[in-house]
Amino acid sequence: MLYRETGQFKTSYVADQAIFPIRQDRYLAAAALVLAYVAVPILGTEYWLLTIMIPFLVFTLAAIGLNILTGYAGQLSLGTGGFMAVGAFATYKITTSFPGLNIVVVFVLAGIITALVGVMFGWPSLRIKGFYLAVATLASQFFLIWMFNKFPWFNNYTASGVISAPPRAVFGHFFVTGAEANPVNKYLFVLTVVVVMAFIAKNLVRGRVGRSWMAMRDMDIAAEIIGIRPLQTKLLAFAISSFYCGISGAMWAFIYTGGVEALAFDIDRSFQILFMIIIGGLGSILGSFLGAAFIVLLPIWLENVPRLLGVNIPVNYISNTQSMVFGALIVFFLIVEPRGLARLWQIGKEKLRMWPFPY
Amino acid sequence: MEFLDFLQALFVTPFTMMWQNPEFLLEVVIGGLLTGVMYSLVALGFVLIYKASGVFNFAQGTMVLFAALTFVGLLEHGVPVWATFILTVLVMILLAFIIERLVLRPLVNQEPIILFMATIGLSYLLDGFGEIAWGGDVHALDIGIPKEPLVFGGVLVNEFDLCAAAICGVLVTALAVFFQKTSIGRALRAVADDHQAALSVGIPLKTIWVIVWSVAGIVGLVAGILWGSNLGVQFSLSLVALKALPVLILGGLTSVPGAIVGGLIVGSGEKVAEVFWGPATGGAIEDWFAYALALVFLLFRPQGLFGERIIERV
Repeated sequence: MLYRETGQFKTSYVADQAIFPIRQDRYLAAAALVLAYVAVPILGTEYWLLTIMIPFLVFTLAAIGLNILTGYAGQLSLGTGGFMAVGAFATYKITTSFPGLNIVVVFVLAGIITALVGVMFGWPSLRIKGFYLAVATLASQFFLIWMFNKFPWFNNYTASGVISAPPRAVFGHFFVTGAEANPVNKYLFVLTVVVVMAFIAKNLVRGRVGRSWMAMRDMDIAAEIIGIRPLQTKLLAFAISSFYCGISGAMWAFIYTGGVEALAFDIDRSFQILFMIIIGGLGSILGSFLGAAFIVLLPIWLENVPRLLGVNIPVNYISNTQSMVFGALIVFFLIVEPRGLARLWQIGKEKLRMWPFPY
Repeated sequence: MEFLDFLQALFVTPFTMMWQNPEFLLEVVIGGLLTGVMYSLVALGFVLIYKASGVFNFAQGTMVLFAALTFVGLLEHGVPVWATFILTVLVMILLAFIIERLVLRPLVNQEPIILFMATIGLSYLLDGFGEIAWGGDVHALDIGIPKEPLVFGGVLVNEFDLCAAAICGVLVTALAVFFQKTSIGRALRAVADDHQAALSVGIPLKTIWVIVWSVAGIVGLVAGILWGSNLGVQFSLSLVALKALPVLILGGLTSVPGAIVGGLIVGSGEKVAEVFWGPATGGAIEDWFAYALALVFLLFRPQGLFGERIIERV
C-alpha cells in the first residue's frame, strides 16, 4: 500500500539508473539525511554524539572499505586494523609536519598513503585467495602495528607512544579536532565525510569497476576470460578499500578519540569490522551502515539492559557476560540470516509491497 | 653511517654471533622448539577439524584455554589429577556435542567464511563462559613434570622441554594409530576425503563431527596442560590460535605431520629471529615473524611443506 512502485514510470535513462529508483526510497533517504543533519545535532546530547553517533559513522566508513574488498571483490582480509592505523599515523605525521595544510587535504593524503600500503600488502592476492589470503593479510596487521609501536619517528618521539590530535579547522573557526572542537562540529564533519564517501562507494560498485569486482569475486577465471584484468581489478579493490579504511582510522584517532596508540588498531579491531560486514550483509553499502550500528550499539545495550531490568551483574562478570552474549548473538545471527541485516531489510521491503493485501 | 650500522646489525652481526657460539644457537633453537610444540598441538586441532568438516576453527585457541581452565579449576577444588583429566575430557566431549548440535548443524552447507565467523563468535562465547566459571586470574598449574635443566655436550636443555616433546610424540603416535587402525579413524579419513561419498556409503557425518571436535578438544587439553604448567593458565593462551595459522600455511592445511613440523619451524625460527635479529630491529619481531614467514611460503609454495596440491590458484 505505502511502499509500491505501481504507476511510477521511468521515462529516461537517467531515471532508470537512479540510486533510488522508487519514490518512497527517495523520500526515506531524504528523511534520513534531514534527521541526521538537523534533528540529531539539535536533539542529541553530547554523550549521544560523542559515544554513539561518531563511532558509528567512523566504523561505517571502515565497514564500507572492508565491504568493497571482501563483499564486492571477494578478497578476505584480516588487516583492516593495520590499514586504519596507517591512516591515523599518516594523518598525524602530515599534519604535524605541515600545520598549515587543511585537515581535509591531510585526510585525503593519508587515505592515498594507506591505499599505497594496501596495494603493497594486496600483492599476494594475485596468487592466493580465501583463507590463505586471510593469513597473508594477518601479516600486514601484525607487521604494521609492530612498526608503529617500535619506531618512535611515527609518533614524533613522544614517550607514551600516543599520538594526540592537534587542533585543526576545516575552515575559519570550524574546529573538528583538538580540545576546542565542539561535538556538533565533529559530528557534522564526520557525517559529511561518510555521506559523500558512501555515495561515491555506491556509485563505484554500481558501475564498471564494481561489476568487474563482482565478476572477479564470483568466478575469477570466467572474469579473466571476458576481459577483466585480475591484476588491476584486485589491486584497485585493495587500494580503494584501504583508502576508506585509512580515512576511517584517521577519523577514529583524530575526531573520535583525539589520541590513540597503535594498539588501538590491533587484531580485535579487524575482527570487529569483519563482524560488522557479516552481520550487516556482505556486498551491500546499506549493510555496512546497519552492521556498524549493530556492533556499536550492542555493548551499550548489554551494559544498560540488565540495569534497566533490575538485574545486578557483579562488576567483574560484566565484561565476560558481554563477550558471552556477543558471541552467542553472532552465532545466532549467522544461523538465522547468514546474509545479514541488509537481506532482512530486502525481505521487509518485499513484504511491504504486498501489505496489507498479500495476494 | 647509521644506516651502515643498521645493515651490519642486520646482515653481519647475527651470523658472526652464530658462528662464534654454536652452542648458544642450539640452545635458542631448542628453547624455541618447546613453543613450537605448543603451536603444533594447537595447529593439530585445526587440521583435524579442517580435514573432517572443512571448518576453519578459529575457536581452537579458546578451546585450549577453556580445557586448561577447566582442568586447573577442578584441580583447585581438590579433585585428583587422573580424575580431573577424565572429567575434563568428558567436558570437552560434551562441548563437542553442544557445538555440533547448536552451531554446526544449523549452519551446514553455508559458505566457509560464515562458518569461520561462527567459530569466532564461539571463541568469544567460550572465553566469557570459561572466565565466569573459573575466574580470570592466572592459575599456576603443576602436575609434576620435572623442570630441572640438563646439560648435553655443553648445550643446556630443560627437562620440561623433553617431557613436552615426549608427550607430544605419544599423542601424535596415538592419533596416527587411531586414524590408521580403527574403524572410526577410517571413517574420519573417508569423510576428510569426500563428504558425499562418505555419506553414501553410510558413514554418519554428524557423529563423525562430534568425534573429531572431541579429539580436537582433547588435543587442546594436552596443549593447555603443557602450556599451562610452563607459563600458568591465562588468557594469552587463546592468542596462540592466531600463531597456529602461519603454522598451518607452513605445514599445509591438510597434513598432520605438516602441522607438527610447521610448528617446530615457526617456534624455533621466531626465537632465533628474536635473539639474533631483535637488536637490529628494536625487538618484539616474534609478533609478526611467523606471519612474514607464512607470507613468503604463500608466494613460493602455497600448498605448504606437506599439503596436498589442491590449493586454488588465481
